[in-house]
Amino acid sequence: MPLDRKIAYIDLTTGDIQTKPIPLDVRKKFLGGRGLDAYLLYNHTKKGCDPIGPNNTLMVSGGILTATCASATARTHVMAKSPLTGLLGSANMGGFFAPEMAWAGFHHLVIKGKAKHPVYIYIHNGEIEIRDARDIWGKSVTDSQWALREDLGDQEVKSLVCGPAGENLVRFANVMTGIKNSGGRSGMGCVLGSKNLKAVSVRGTMDIKIARPKEALEYNKRFIDQIVSAKVNQTQGALGTPFIWGATNSWGGIRCRNFQYNQCEYADDIEPERIDEICEETMGPYHMTGCFGCQVHCRAQYKIPEGPYAGVYDEGPEYTSQGAFGGETDTPRAITVLTGNHLVDKYGMDNLETGSLISWAMELYELGIITSKETDGLDLRFGNDEAVIEMIDRIAFRKGWLGDTLAEGGIPASEKIGKNSFDYLIQVKGMSNLHSDERATPGLALNIATGSRGSDHLRSRPAIDLYHLPEPVLRKIYSNPVPYDGPLSSEHTEYIGKPWQVFWQENCYMGVDCLGICKYHTTFLGATLPNFEDWSKVIYYNTGLEMTPEEIWDVAVRCNMIERLFNLREGLTRDDLKKGDMLNHRYFDEPCRRGAIDVVGKKIDKEKFIKMIDEFYEHKGLDKNGVPTPERLKKLGLNKEPSHLL
Amino acid sequence: MEPMGKVLVINYEKCTGCRLCELVCAVMHDGISNPTRSRIKVMKWESEGLYIPMSCQQCQDAPCMNVCPVKAISRDEELGRVVVDYDVCIGCRSCVAVCPFGAMSFNTIDKKVFKCDLCDGDPQCVRFCEVNAIEYIDANDVSILKQKNAAERISIAGKEAAVLQAAV
Repeated sequence: MPLDRKIAYIDLTTGDIQTKPIPLDVRKKFLGGRGLDAYLLYNHTKKGCDPIGPNNTLMVSGGILTATCASATARTHVMAKSPLTGLLGSANMGGFFAPEMAWAGFHHLVIKGKAKHPVYIYIHNGEIEIRDARDIWGKSVTDSQWALREDLGDQEVKSLVCGPAGENLVRFANVMTGIKNSGGRSGMGCVLGSKNLKAVSVRGTMDIKIARPKEALEYNKRFIDQIVSAKVNQTQGALGTPFIWGATNSWGGIRCRNFQYNQCEYADDIEPERIDEICEETMGPYHMTGCFGCQVHCRAQYKIPEGPYAGVYDEGPEYTSQGAFGGETDTPRAITVLTGNHLVDKYGMDNLETGSLISWAMELYELGIITSKETDGLDLRFGNDEAVIEMIDRIAFRKGWLGDTLAEGGIPASEKIGKNSFDYLIQVKGMSNLHSDERATPGLALNIATGSRGSDHLRSRPAIDLYHLPEPVLRKIYSNPVPYDGPLSSEHTEYIGKPWQVFWQENCYMGVDCLGICKYHTTFLGATLPNFEDWSKVIYYNTGLEMTPEEIWDVAVRCNMIERLFNLREGLTRDDLKKGDMLNHRYFDEPCRRGAIDVVGKKIDKEKFIKMIDEFYEHKGLDKNGVPTPERLKKLGLNKEPSHLL
Repeated sequence: MEPMGKVLVINYEKCTGCRLCELVCAVMHDGISNPTRSRIKVMKWESEGLYIPMSCQQCQDAPCMNVCPVKAISRDEELGRVVVDYDVCIGCRSCVAVCPFGAMSFNTIDKKVFKCDLCDGDPQCVRFCEVNAIEYIDANDVSILKQKNAAERISIAGKEAAVLQAAV
């Protein structure tokens, strides 16, 4: 049964390993995946712990549906206190790791302490051992994984690793599995590095008995038909996420030159069709690949066509790399995007954070806030492709003053650089924004301001807000499974109704993250895709657990609240520009300079924005300061945290 | 009813490597998610982005059938498949050793050999593969399709050669 997968507690300092079953009442409260990870983080870390010290706790998990007969149950979740933000650190990735871990008998790992020398954890059919990784330390993301397979003598081993960036304690190093599947954000690879933990390797051949196999199989078929019939997923399956960048750029929702423009001009060379052409030229007509059990297959394959890395195979680039190494830095050249994408994959570093910080440094350089003295002679102008590639290297290996400074993350770097450098840093809670520009879309701006791990599009973005769906359609989506009779607007430039949409999406995304399935299989980019009601059935058919859609909603609200509690404990305050739910002043002060008629000239109205936050807090059960009300905590059963159920 | 029956045809170029076929195969036959129970297996060269699903070829002169000391393996001509009679099978695994495709497996949990049975005519791997990397088609059509594809390539190559010649 999926529900008999266990939790393991691994202490790297003492070598102590304990395993436990996950009680059913805990499942009903937190399901699994990110939700249960958040509970574990709150319960297993102490207030103010050093994120790169031995007392930080790292959670690795699959969702409650991982490796079952549901669609795309491929996601691995990783959580710890973030070395980048000092608040919640959380990252989610596709691939084949979590299903293999489930077949090896585990859904959750809680990793504490720090090993004396580089080690890796090997999990095999219920057994866990800590093994020497000194020979693997220093290797790139993929070389590490192949070396681990050699070391274990099994080509089916799946590993989650940190790359050189994680070893070098780059604050936004990621964890990776496979060629490019990345738990990208908030520096989880840095946590691995700080624990001398090079990797977690898993291999399993244990049965997962499906509760109602026939129904699960048939429902999965229906689910998949629904998912692949969505136009947005068909486009994803043909072009990958670059199509989103292309569409958003032509409309004017892309950051260019850090935050000076909202559209990247002369970008033909990195348009999705051009990227696709390169993939086809180098990998043939069938160059899309996918994660475990997924029929969307949104991941492209390519070989770098020219330059020093010519012929090297990689996957992607995702739209994040287009944005990070093409748009933001104003270097819209395919070779730069593809090479940059490869380098961050090789070193194990968040492409979003890397590109954002490079483009921020470029703006500072052009303003004279930093000079060639700080850049060690590097001409860090916008549009300088070589400088972008060079900076990726410098950050990963902390080379030179600027490389070392940026590797500390945006806010510490701004404190080191001084002057008014912080004013130009496009971040929330210390994490850089995606390459997108939300000045024309208040709903999306609210999403990045209130995201629990910082400025981020995957925590609560009401992306379907951009589709101008008629109000009755919106209402149908947003009043399930709990009723909502407040205002809603089809207009993406409006402020009304958006707080509820963001709140609803926050719970929807928490839902998928607890199940361990991909966001492309729910109400994220496709308005017609499954959510709470379907999940209730999928959970029942696969695990036998009976949960109503309303109960799943409650789990999501509860888990989001636990994340909030963690952030509050670590110092989140509402209006704090560094640790709060607030946007950089440029969102309010500088209007969009480019883009379509509904974008150009737009900026966020601060007064209305603050009202949106008030309303969002009300939905969440928070007071005006963003602190949960005792009534809401009691209702969610969180009034006695930490409760140490696990 | 075609005399040859239908066959599984794998076009590995189309395979995205998602392994859904392995999952649904195991769930369909055993009600269990576990790729080691799957009759189909995607072989991967991840560093090259190459994925090749492998399954039983339902051979005419099947080595597994020939090697079986108790004649537990036979051909089912109606569905064009090679089947194991578990009432007769003694679990010696000679068939596993002899299969040139590795398509006969041994389940160490249930202590039984197992192979693709074409899901009695509705192969689930085919049903779930949206990119049609696995197809279940009439045996007579397989070579016709291949001939057509090859002819197309020749035709394109011919046209390109003509263009090149014209350019010289």
